[in-house]
Amino acid sequence: MNRKGRHSSKEEINRNLKDFKGHSLIPERDIEDPPILEITNLGIDFGGLTAVNDFNMALGRTEIAGLIGPNGAGKTTIFNLLTKVYQPTRGTFLLDGKDTKGMNTIKINRAGIARTFQNIRLFDKLTVEENVKVGLHHEINYSLLSGMFRTPAYRDGEKDAHEHALDLLSIFDMTHLADAPAGSLPYGAQRRLEIIRALATNPKVLLLDEPAAGMNPSETAELMETIQDIRDRFQIAILLIEHDMNLVMGICEAIAVLNYGQIIAKGTPSEIQSNSLVIEAYLGKQKEV
Amino acid sequence: MKKNLKNKLKNMTSYRKKSVLAYSIVILAFIIITIFDTLGFVTNSLYGQLVPICVYISLAVSLNLVVGISGELSLGHAGFMSIGAFAGVIASTVLQESVVVAMPRLFIAILVGGIIAGIAGVLIGIPVLRLRGDYLAIVTLAFGEIIRNVLNCIYIGMDEAGLRIATSAEKLGLDPINGKMILNGPMGATGIQKLATFTSGFILVLFTLFIVQNLINSKQGRAIMATRDNRIAAESIGLNVTNFKLTAFVTSAALAGMAGALFALNYSTVAPVKFNFNTSILILVFVVLGGMGNIVGSIISAAILTILPEALREFSDYRMLIYAIVLILVMLATNNLTFRAFIDKYIGKITRFLRPKKRNPDFPQKEEV
Repeated sequence: MNRKGRHSSKEEINRNLKDFKGHSLIPERDIEDPPILEITNLGIDFGGLTAVNDFNMALGRTEIAGLIGPNGAGKTTIFNLLTKVYQPTRGTFLLDGKDTKGMNTIKINRAGIARTFQNIRLFDKLTVEENVKVGLHHEINYSLLSGMFRTPAYRDGEKDAHEHALDLLSIFDMTHLADAPAGSLPYGAQRRLEIIRALATNPKVLLLDEPAAGMNPSETAELMETIQDIRDRFQIAILLIEHDMNLVMGICEAIAVLNYGQIIAKGTPSEIQSNSLVIEAYLGKQKEV
Repeated sequence: MKKNLKNKLKNMTSYRKKSVLAYSIVILAFIIITIFDTLGFVTNSLYGQLVPICVYISLAVSLNLVVGISGELSLGHAGFMSIGAFAGVIASTVLQESVVVAMPRLFIAILVGGIIAGIAGVLIGIPVLRLRGDYLAIVTLAFGEIIRNVLNCIYIGMDEAGLRIATSAEKLGLDPINGKMILNGPMGATGIQKLATFTSGFILVLFTLFIVQNLINSKQGRAIMATRDNRIAAESIGLNVTNFKLTAFVTSAALAGMAGALFALNYSTVAPVKFNFNTSILILVFVVLGGMGNIVGSIISAAILTILPEALREFSDYRMLIYAIVLILVMLATNNLTFRAFIDKYIGKITRFLRPKKRNPDFPQKEEV
């Protein structure tokens, strides 16, 4: 057990990672700290159908990891399990060392997991700034009554919230859109706003469900940079589902490949690209001649 | 100075602009009516309507908080109004000797009405707000009727021994000489001392506007609107949806109770049957016609639709028919693009200031999963 020590070679790191229940790849800079997310044997059945089975993974404190797989492989189901939209049938996961058993969606967010949605879920009738401020809800400190009677606490709280919201919006250069209704934004901007709203809840782990869907190549390239910036600035772990392989291979430090609810491969982008099981899952088996 | 004010208006958010507008309309209407009253232009029938108009404006604005802002259809608003009404009457009668001056007694009665209705709002809201959509509407309707039926068989009297509550007049056993019947089952409250005045109604409307609009502008208000727009997303960012729905529901119930207390103290007799399903629907009509979530709209539609049946009295039998036609025409007109363009053209400057920020109607609504 030499988990706390510095490691020089990659082989050594991977060997040590076998000690983790998830034996996932954790980047060198995070290896000294315990993982932020430790998922063990997570599984869920819908009726007789096993949607996810035996899912193991560990996520480093500032790791960017990818979850890929063909359609229907169970990627979003895993996000729903991690945010407790579904309660797992088997297994559990530790968030920052604490067991999440019995938590609901609200508690898990307060504990530090925030997410975006595959089909965008913004508060359409609120403005962009208000969407972010709703995310900041728990950061703003004033009571219901001081809001109703406009006490100085209310004014201070709102002023701070306004500045904080604009600061967050500046991550994606969206400050000029602050007063626009969220529902009127173009698709790409809505996706970015969802990420900002999730960040506003001050998470430790950010789950992004297809962040680049519907974006053009230049927007995607920009998004890749921003995701890395977010990681550097907030020092959080990011787990993302994405079909755009340029994005996944470009920014993920570790990738897990899912097929039929099972992990079929785990590794660095280059390892995944040359993995025969992964190629088979995506392209089918080569016919024997 | 003028430029300063203009800049200040420009920098306000659309919500702030709309709340300033709502206050100005109410204050302006109050000043105009007071001037007309001193000049003797206000007819007797209109004068009698002034307090009910204020009451209905308060009710419409408070119901808008539930229907428009929190997005849940509540059909039991008259129930909370009736709880406030009878609580207010009881408080006023009990305090008749200890608080002799009318204004403070009215104030206490309204406060008591609001608090009791708020408590009822909590008790009903906790089970009801676990439901969604149509089910919630049906259950609130049922609760509204239950409140009325319970009030129908409650007898409350007061004598030297204090307040007495029973389920029939005989069981009450009131002192025949000194005893005073306050709530007489289906007959309701009789012999109420009339305390309500137009000024008190005006203050109640201002208070309701103050609470509702400040709530909408606060972080709790934003959370309430967020749970309306997307429940799943609201939960995903750590908002307890039921809590925020309950906040809106209870605030609305307490304000309805206050309005109910003022309403009851404007008449000498009030029976529970006054607060039936029709009254709930009437308030809902004000909200829908004025526009869901539109506070200014609620004020205007409540005022006009309360006056309208009286103003149509000369049509005698056809009164309600005309009322219905007017309702339909207003709804058609406010949804008509040409009509809106016409309004914009002539009151362009004002409406541009008032209008909420443009929304893109073509943008597809996201479906629930």
